[in-house]
Amino acid sequence: MSVANATAGAGRPRLLQADRTRRRNAAEARFRAYGIAAVVIAMLALVFLLFSILSNGLSAFQQTFLTINVHLDPAVLDKTGSRDPEEMKKVTTIGYGNLLKSALTADLQARGISTEGVPSKEVDDIVSKEAPAQLRNMVLADPNLLGQTIEFRTYASGRIDGYFKGRVTMESAALDKNTSPEQLELANRMRTAGLLDMAFNWGFIFGPDSSDLRPESAGLGIAIIGSAYMMLIVLVLALPIGVAASIYLEEFASQNRFTDIIEVNIANLAAVPSIVFGILGLSLFINFAGLPQSAPIVGALVLTLMTLPTIIIATRASLKAVPPSIREAALGIGASKMQSVFNHVLPLAMPGILTGTIIGLAQALGETAPLLLIGMVAFVRDFPAPPPEGFFDPASALPVQVYNWTQRTDPAFVERASGAIIVLLVFLLTMNIIAIILRRRFERRW
Amino acid sequence: MNVGLLTLIVLLIAAAGYILGRRRSLQTANGDIRHLHSLPGYHGQSVFLFAAVPAFLVMIVWMLVQPLLIESRVAGMIQPSDISEGSSLSLVMADVRRIADGLDVAVSQGALTEDQISNMRADLTNIRGRLAEVGIAIGSDVTQDVFLAAKEFRAMNRIGHIAMSAVVLLLALAGAGYAYSRIAPRYRARNVSEWAIEALLIISSTVAILTTVGIVLSLVFETAHFFQLYPAQEFFFGPIWNPQFRGGSDLGILPLLWGTLYVSLVALAFAVPVGLLAAIYLAEYASKTVRGIAKPAIEILAGIPTIVYGLFALITVGPLLRDYFAQPLGIGSSSSSVMTAGLVMGIMLIPFVSSLSDDVINAVPQSMRDGSYGMGATQSETVKKVILPAALPGIVGAILLAASRAIGETMIVVMGAGAAAKLSLNPFEAMTTITVKIVSQLTGDTEFASPETLVAFALGLSLFVVTLGLNIVALYVVRKYREQYE
Repeated sequence: MSVANATAGAGRPRLLQADRTRRRNAAEARFRAYGIAAVVIAMLALVFLLFSILSNGLSAFQQTFLTINVHLDPAVLDKTGSRDPEEMKKVTTIGYGNLLKSALTADLQARGISTEGVPSKEVDDIVSKEAPAQLRNMVLADPNLLGQTIEFRTYASGRIDGYFKGRVTMESAALDKNTSPEQLELANRMRTAGLLDMAFNWGFIFGPDSSDLRPESAGLGIAIIGSAYMMLIVLVLALPIGVAASIYLEEFASQNRFTDIIEVNIANLAAVPSIVFGILGLSLFINFAGLPQSAPIVGALVLTLMTLPTIIIATRASLKAVPPSIREAALGIGASKMQSVFNHVLPLAMPGILTGTIIGLAQALGETAPLLLIGMVAFVRDFPAPPPEGFFDPASALPVQVYNWTQRTDPAFVERASGAIIVLLVFLLTMNIIAIILRRRFERRW
Repeated sequence: MNVGLLTLIVLLIAAAGYILGRRRSLQTANGDIRHLHSLPGYHGQSVFLFAAVPAFLVMIVWMLVQPLLIESRVAGMIQPSDISEGSSLSLVMADVRRIADGLDVAVSQGALTEDQISNMRADLTNIRGRLAEVGIAIGSDVTQDVFLAAKEFRAMNRIGHIAMSAVVLLLALAGAGYAYSRIAPRYRARNVSEWAIEALLIISSTVAILTTVGIVLSLVFETAHFFQLYPAQEFFFGPIWNPQFRGGSDLGILPLLWGTLYVSLVALAFAVPVGLLAAIYLAEYASKTVRGIAKPAIEILAGIPTIVYGLFALITVGPLLRDYFAQPLGIGSSSSSVMTAGLVMGIMLIPFVSSLSDDVINAVPQSMRDGSYGMGATQSETVKKVILPAALPGIVGAILLAASRAIGETMIVVMGAGAAAKLSLNPFEAMTTITVKIVSQLTGDTEFASPETLVAFALGLSLFVVTLGLNIVALYVVRKYREQYE
């Protein structure tokens, strides 16, 4: 195609390449290499990013569990003998904790696992600090368990879990005041004996968040519910408002000052930094309107305002793509303008609108900064109520939960944060695939 | 009657109106639909609208106005002597509201009866103790005036609610009746309902304007408040950022601005060459298959949430840069640094630069390329000497948009850049940005009277103005350029 190529014949060159031609050819090759390098760098960045998240986070879905036999002694847990849960609530988690400690010691002895050289506190620490509360809830829910010896399955503590996942090593354990090489040796023996095992951890996906001391029981349940509530409200608010606004601008509005202002506003809102929307939410919805902090409703309102421009832009594009002949045909057989739009143009534009809406929702799902400002970083332990009351209960959100976990001191939370990112990315991927399928399936070429 | 129930009843009236209106329109036409101007459904809709719209409008206005009226009336009952040292009228009024709520709770729990409340006197009974029993905590002891005010507050609220319910229901019925009586074959019901829908469309499209107004107002008001407490000159030209919660803070924006610009500069220095060269390669050189794979892959980068980039910076890039560059070279020991945040943000910006540049490069007419090849130029010479100059305004626009993204980006810098406000040239040192400080000043327990909190609004306003300016210039440049080849 270029002069340079013509000079290179098969085998021996027919023309001697001039110095200048060679330089130009070299420059051409270099430029091409730069381009390839740029594409490769961009793709490598993507691969590296995904690899880093996956390699750090996949292990969060596995967890070390401890299975021990616990004798639920009625003399300790139900002193009055009434089997009345109200009475039994007087025994606190400390009581259950002591029960677990003696059960663990007894179980270790029964199986002939030596605890020599391991201080008894470190033996006890193999059990998660969450376990007594779990056992207590289990007994309170079913008082008939009292007097029986049950097989109790619970989390092993975060350090033990980290050891089996390779995060904690014998060297690091020697420097760590929360664990010791002896404790890890004991854990090894317990694993061989089948007391400890690794299994898929549903609690990570469905359980609530937990405090700084018990990373092993931290879960995403509340964050997923919070995000789901927000997406629901965003969908219900942003889709009708966005579609209505687009219909007006695309089909009815005449070109005047007013519509010009709206157009400029929409273009600018799409580019306003998300944190500014957070400030808006804080001063408008929380300080002015008095809505509760940390509530999904406030987050959803902020995200609705952020999603509107995306939906409006997508909707207008798909309305524009419907050929005028459709409108003219409807008007020609006596439909009003409104009828032609709502009965003929809008249904044809629907796939495009839905695709745009899903992409807008996916953006909103990953948005973090504005939610930090409206208090969604708060530590929430209780599941929100079902809607609509639940919209006003404190909740977390997936991306905020990730941020929250990165701020904790225990390194086990880094794994949790990456795991949460994987969950978030799976949701985003699903939404985008649905959008692509919708587009492929219903796309119409005129 | 609570608001939810009232809404439901109004909706029921309107729905009944719809059905009746539909039926009546058919009756007036003797069952022959051809005699009607509008389809029966439109007659039903017009009855629905006349029933629901005025009733709901009145309800909303009532709910906004009633608290204001009651508040001012009840506030008049509070004597200056009731306001204790260090308190204010608004705090006392908050107590009044809490007591009123507490009495409602007590009545609903059966702890108190209405008779008991009307006989109760604050100087004789321990109101605070009684309310604490039902789970309402009052900040201070209750004086007789405050208690009377609370009782008056309750009474007026109750009367207000009853009056509102009555008025709203009457309006709904009257509206439905009026619209119902107007139904006739020649009645243009469709025009009424379409007019209402168009009004709804217009209202929806003003949401964009209202959002902008909301942003500007909330930022400007609180910023003005901030500048009353803290001199504007020191904010804009102060070289030290050192908030103290005891007061006496230095709140100069310069170190934050420097951090913001430095991080953005690093990000653009990475993203612009990579993004631009990738766009050129994909537009001019790449085969269809390569383009089909590489372009979507690069665009995936734009769909990844920023929190993911933030985590990437925090757990991978930061430690990597520290262990392999900063520490061996002895120029820094922190994993969060300008370089970390800048590089990761650069990755995020690649698709912004590349897809916008791709558009403008493709918009350059083919005839210009052909002309250049015809003159004997190589492909790279054509790109450098013909296409880039022609596409330059569009590319500048793309870079400006990317810059505005970089300046407003929050999560990457929160997790990757650090929190120390510094004026330093070393890119391996932790620095902080405007967005980081907005987050840190506004999260946690905040009190909206101190300059340390309000400064976040001034920072937000500065950010808003800068990014808005960049966007407007970028859009202007891009639009100007598009016209050239159309």
